[in-house]
Amino acid sequence: MLMVQASMDGILLGILFALIAYGMALQWGVMNIINIAQGELVIMGGYIAYFMYVLGIHPAFGVIVSPIIMYFVGWGLYKLVINKVVDRDLFISILATFGISILAQQLMNFAFGADVVVAQSNFGTTMLFDNMVTLPNAKIFSGVVCVISAIILVVYMKKSKLGRAIRATAQNARAAKILGVDTEKVYAATFGINAALCGIAGACIAITFTLHPYTGLPYTVRSFMIVIIAGLGNLPAVAISGMGLGIFEEWADYLLGTEFRIAAVFSLLVLILVYRRFKLARKREYLK
Amino acid sequence: MNKISKFLLTFFSAIALIFVSTTVSFSKVVGDKIILGAAVSLTGKYSSNGVHTQNGYNLAVERINSMGGIKVGGKTYKFEIIYYDDESNSGRAAQLAERLIKQDGVQFMLGPYSSGLTKAMAPVTEKYKVPMVEANGASRSLFTKGYKYLFAVLAPANLYLDVAIDLAVEKNGGKPVKIAMAFEQDAFSQDVRLGILDAAKRTKSKIIIDDKLPKELNDMAATLSKVKATNPDVLVVSGHTKGALTAVRQISEMKVDVKMLAMTHCDAAKLSKQHGKAAEYALCASQWHKSLSYKDKYFGGGMKYASDFKKKFDYDPPYQSAESSAALLVYKDAFERANSFDTKKVRDALAATDMQTFYGNIKFAEGGQNVSKPMVLFQVICNDDGSKCENKVVAPTKWASAKLVHPIPSWSKR
Repeated sequence: MLMVQASMDGILLGILFALIAYGMALQWGVMNIINIAQGELVIMGGYIAYFMYVLGIHPAFGVIVSPIIMYFVGWGLYKLVINKVVDRDLFISILATFGISILAQQLMNFAFGADVVVAQSNFGTTMLFDNMVTLPNAKIFSGVVCVISAIILVVYMKKSKLGRAIRATAQNARAAKILGVDTEKVYAATFGINAALCGIAGACIAITFTLHPYTGLPYTVRSFMIVIIAGLGNLPAVAISGMGLGIFEEWADYLLGTEFRIAAVFSLLVLILVYRRFKLARKREYLK
Repeated sequence: MNKISKFLLTFFSAIALIFVSTTVSFSKVVGDKIILGAAVSLTGKYSSNGVHTQNGYNLAVERINSMGGIKVGGKTYKFEIIYYDDESNSGRAAQLAERLIKQDGVQFMLGPYSSGLTKAMAPVTEKYKVPMVEANGASRSLFTKGYKYLFAVLAPANLYLDVAIDLAVEKNGGKPVKIAMAFEQDAFSQDVRLGILDAAKRTKSKIIIDDKLPKELNDMAATLSKVKATNPDVLVVSGHTKGALTAVRQISEMKVDVKMLAMTHCDAAKLSKQHGKAAEYALCASQWHKSLSYKDKYFGGGMKYASDFKKKFDYDPPYQSAESSAALLVYKDAFERANSFDTKKVRDALAATDMQTFYGNIKFAEGGQNVSKPMVLFQVICNDDGSKCENKVVAPTKWASAKLVHPIPSWSKR
């Protein structure tokens, strides 16, 4: 029963990570930028939901309001900073987004204070198997929201004009430009969409976990890992590796102890990277 | 640049230098002012508690100055504090300690907020033999290094929650209890953990879960599933404000029934306000509570302090402010007994401190920690519809203003 509980917790946690990673994979794939400020965008989205909660609006509406605001934040960030580093070296983009992340932390600290805050959803709890497995409804709610937003995004990327333009730019920016795609606009939209996804995830975090201006980094690291494991441009794999990671984390926590949770996750990352290298090396041999 | 302007430049810089160095040498006492130095966190992750610390210092300075100041050698002096912002960064705190002592010539220091930052500053003040009275560093390791110039008005971290274990044993009819614990991996929380280990040994209690939470973690679901499966008598959690908020949120969401829940940092986390009824019955360790009956002539009692503080800063004083105010009272007392500004004499007077303040009795042990003030435990108690939750002192019995609710009613009945 404990394993069921751990797996369910893991899946719900993983879906959340997967959504953040999804945004990262998108803008990494399209713009070749590793966004270190990803976690800060998430926290910012969370603070929007929290702010609504303080004003007396139910924080769950944050999943609608926060992506809208965050889209423009992302768009603004692109116009201000990212457009200057987009075709440059990867290292420069890492430095630039690292700078953004520090700035965002300090600004949030200034605006919202250094207290840890939570928004109450009062959603209650679902109990299964005679109360042996308990699932907070807030977590289920965020899981459902994340899945729906991911599906909407996939459909949008397949069907809409902008979606096609984004995919074309990801495949070959120069060719897309020659064929009349305004890549500048595509980049801005991509970064905006990424920020909006972070906004949704952030609003979910506000009602399921805690918010603090300096807690963005774990989200950046997790999404980075999920993208590495799944590979770029492989969206179903992002979802699966996100959930897999969530389950793995909860199981590691349960079986090895909480202190080894993060260590276990990173050892897994190393193993996967080594395995990939090994596999690629074999492939190369084949080609010879 | 011609010769004359070069000459003028050198001349004025020389004068400026002389000016600076003279102020330095007289800076510890300027005119009728005793200059104290403090680096507190005004920005960064500790900024809210840093501000509580600063407000506590300021309120006490104002009060002491307006009530006759400090009498040393037949002359009356007033306190003044030079503040710097340490940005919640321990490297910066150590630098600022150097700066306060070497450049500003400060000879008497006040502590920063948090054990980590105090740990960074203590070696510096020790090196220059400058007394530091601190009010916000409780980590046990501060008091085992043999520091001679460090004095803490608060009880050390290992005493925070061992009272709770004693209480659980008492409620269990004197029989040993089963303890589950989850502590963040940082200096302070691990010291609280050591205190629990001692208490467990003393009462022959058994520790059945001993989880260490990584700093960045805000998910305790796995620990709580284990708690649910093993059904301990008491669950102890310490992980600063984030730990307290996460624990209460997940315990209420996962409907974890445990007879006693003991935590730290409930006050700073505004637990009863942020979580309301979900936080009810949580036991919290606190250095101070306004309902305690300690008294002094500057602030009267705890209630008076709380109302004066609220009038000035427009919020209820957390214990971080109260202990910071107490640090100034200790300094005042020590200066008057030393009747001198010699750092060595003031240090000896500090070491001999034995007084009562509104915050509690203060007497320093060999290591510099305050040993004569016990911790108090309060319990979050809500009214029937859960609209208002309050912290009520339940232990030690001498100050209890409410009766401990034990065991905590199960979630199905709440």
